[in-house]
Amino acid sequence: MMLPYLWLIPALPFAGFLVLSVLGRRMGNGPAAAVGVGSVGLSALVAILVASSFINAPPPAHVYTQTLWRWISVGGFAPGVMLYLDSLSLIMVLVVTVVGFLIHLYSAEFMAADDGYSRFFAYMNLFVGSMLVLVLAGNLLFLYLGWEGVGLCSYLLIGFWYREPENGAAAIKAFVVTRVGDTALAIGLFLIFINLGTLDIQRMMNLAALHWRPGGALPTIAAALLLGGAIGKSAQLPLQTWLPDAMAGPTPVSALIHAATMVTAGVYLIARTNVLFTMAPAVQIAVAVIGAATLLVSGMSALVQHDIKRVLAYSTISQIGYMFVALGVGAWSAAIFHFMTHAFFKALLFLGAGAVIAGLGGEHDIFRMGGLRRQMPLAFWCFLAGACSLSALPLVTAGFYSKGLILSSAWEAGRAGFWLWAAAIAGALLTSIYTFRLVFIVFFGEAKAKISKKPGPRAAIPLVILAFLSVAGGFVNFPAFFGIKGSMFFSRFLASALPSATYAAPLPETDLLLEAVAAIVSLAGIYVAYFFFLSSPEYSREMAGTAIGKVLKRFWFEDWGFDWLYEKTLAAPYRWLARTNRNDAVDLFYSFIAKVNMFFHYGLSLSQTGKVRFYAAVIALGAVVTITIAVFAR
Amino acid sequence: MMPPIPANPAPVNPLRMDMIPMNYALIVAWVLFVIGVIGVLARRNLLFILMSVEIMLNASGLAFVVAGSRWGQPDGQIMFIFILAMAAAEVSVGLALVLLAYHRFGGLDADAANRMKG
Repeated sequence: MMLPYLWLIPALPFAGFLVLSVLGRRMGNGPAAAVGVGSVGLSALVAILVASSFINAPPPAHVYTQTLWRWISVGGFAPGVMLYLDSLSLIMVLVVTVVGFLIHLYSAEFMAADDGYSRFFAYMNLFVGSMLVLVLAGNLLFLYLGWEGVGLCSYLLIGFWYREPENGAAAIKAFVVTRVGDTALAIGLFLIFINLGTLDIQRMMNLAALHWRPGGALPTIAAALLLGGAIGKSAQLPLQTWLPDAMAGPTPVSALIHAATMVTAGVYLIARTNVLFTMAPAVQIAVAVIGAATLLVSGMSALVQHDIKRVLAYSTISQIGYMFVALGVGAWSAAIFHFMTHAFFKALLFLGAGAVIAGLGGEHDIFRMGGLRRQMPLAFWCFLAGACSLSALPLVTAGFYSKGLILSSAWEAGRAGFWLWAAAIAGALLTSIYTFRLVFIVFFGEAKAKISKKPGPRAAIPLVILAFLSVAGGFVNFPAFFGIKGSMFFSRFLASALPSATYAAPLPETDLLLEAVAAIVSLAGIYVAYFFFLSSPEYSREMAGTAIGKVLKRFWFEDWGFDWLYEKTLAAPYRWLARTNRNDAVDLFYSFIAKVNMFFHYGLSLSQTGKVRFYAAVIALGAVVTITIAVFAR
Repeated sequence: MMPPIPANPAPVNPLRMDMIPMNYALIVAWVLFVIGVIGVLARRNLLFILMSVEIMLNASGLAFVVAGSRWGQPDGQIMFIFILAMAAAEVSVGLALVLLAYHRFGGLDADAANRMKG
């Protein structure tokens, strides 16, 4: 039985962080990498052992909790440092540790020439530890600790190359924008604690179901506040602006934090507190609508970007939009399934992009790349596997199964279902267009630059493993219409932790039809990309040259003007206020008190003459006055 | 443990010639004390300041003795012995300081030592 060793999973990365942050400067690159990669690798190993033990000998009710110690005890408020393992957190833990380990291994080579080698691994380990706390936490306060921990690491790693001022600005932007959501989440926790008296997630949901009226004001407000937190962390409309800028960090960071794990914390939060969202139908539909809007908006923004990493960043936002759609229609396991496949293929795409960027000596602009297919065959084939999975190439890729499940769940979701499905299918078309635009421009066509460096073994192994997972990771959840034994294994595994989907699954015939449409759309998108960006690029240039094309391109390139809007309405007034109030009006009162004190201080310091006889006279005078008062003031 | 002070002192004839009235003795003590205070404040020579402090101590000792005899109790004289002992200790420390000050400032002027530093 491995379950009692559950605490090791988050503890190992934290230990790695401690060792690296204390001894990191004195370590060479070799030991630092050994500690940094090894701690996460061991953690992944423990996670796999725990998972096998969980599956082979399930604990009672498919839930295993481990209370390490009591955190604080104030009045009736006594949150424990409590780990909660069920099938949902098990999936999350597995993905975080395994993908995290592969990315750490890749970074060992990718960051080799960097000065801050041990600092990098220290931050990465801290991140993995915090993320594991987030997904294993049994109460919302502990979850919030992990939530803020990953936010901190995100800040540290975006600004990792802190000598460039833009990187620092991007880090601050990410921190401040997610802070908006975090504040909503914190208020939500206060509300839940005041009304239900507990932050333990399972108890909280039981009590909420018992005491709150479904659709009433309290569950709606609580769910909306949690949704606010989820939007900030998961970069959904309207708080998505931080994620594209977060690409300022090293590429493995983008792969680990801003694609595979941290940004899906919001998805996890909603899935974890699903009872609350089920009780607030208005908020739940808002989740779906936000997701649908986000996936369209970011899909279009991704179409026109020049920076290889920004394309992937927008595609991340858009794929998390799919997960939100799934959550919004109550297809909980579909969202988690897409989270898992997305973690595989998006990590792969980022690592592949990192190999290309490193190979070209730090070139990010896709129009200065080209023809890399022959020069970097390994990176090409791996990137292609990820791209196929992202654009949901039918049957052979993981993305097809997870996205198909979301699409068919959306179709069945009541009256809004058709529109959600339509948005999602349009997003699917956009996805395959922008993905293969990237593939065709970067890897096909004529070669424009020479490769200076090829990925070494430590970078190649993670790429190959992730490519395999991107293709095969979907086979754990075959749709029912194939009639294969063991279909929908993943969803059935999650059934012990998540309620069954709100809406019934579509009939097998409908499902087959929907999947066929999705497959056709995906292939059509690839053909469109082939036509416009490889076979006859003059058409795309012509289209971009028309008046509407120019405006749209500019508009999408600037991500629909969100940054401009926030700059004008929030950042600029705030900066004006800060400049005007440089001397701080409120401070005047306090500095006045200080000035009065200074005045008396100077007066009194005049009496410090150093003359003993003067002191003696003052003492005598004081004695006379005191005695006079004592005698006469009766 | 001091015996409790009697609430009503024994009646004393203020016109008895063989006893100095208490008020006179207290006036002498007061005069001595004021001389001492003035000496401390007015003199600049450290030795004279020390002597003036001694005078002040003796003034208070005299007041104790007078009060003791007024109530017919030995406590005032015991107190004076204490003051003597204390004065002896004080003088020994004081003289040592005076000696140091003499070496340091090259004289016995109290106002020469008005620097806050060093």
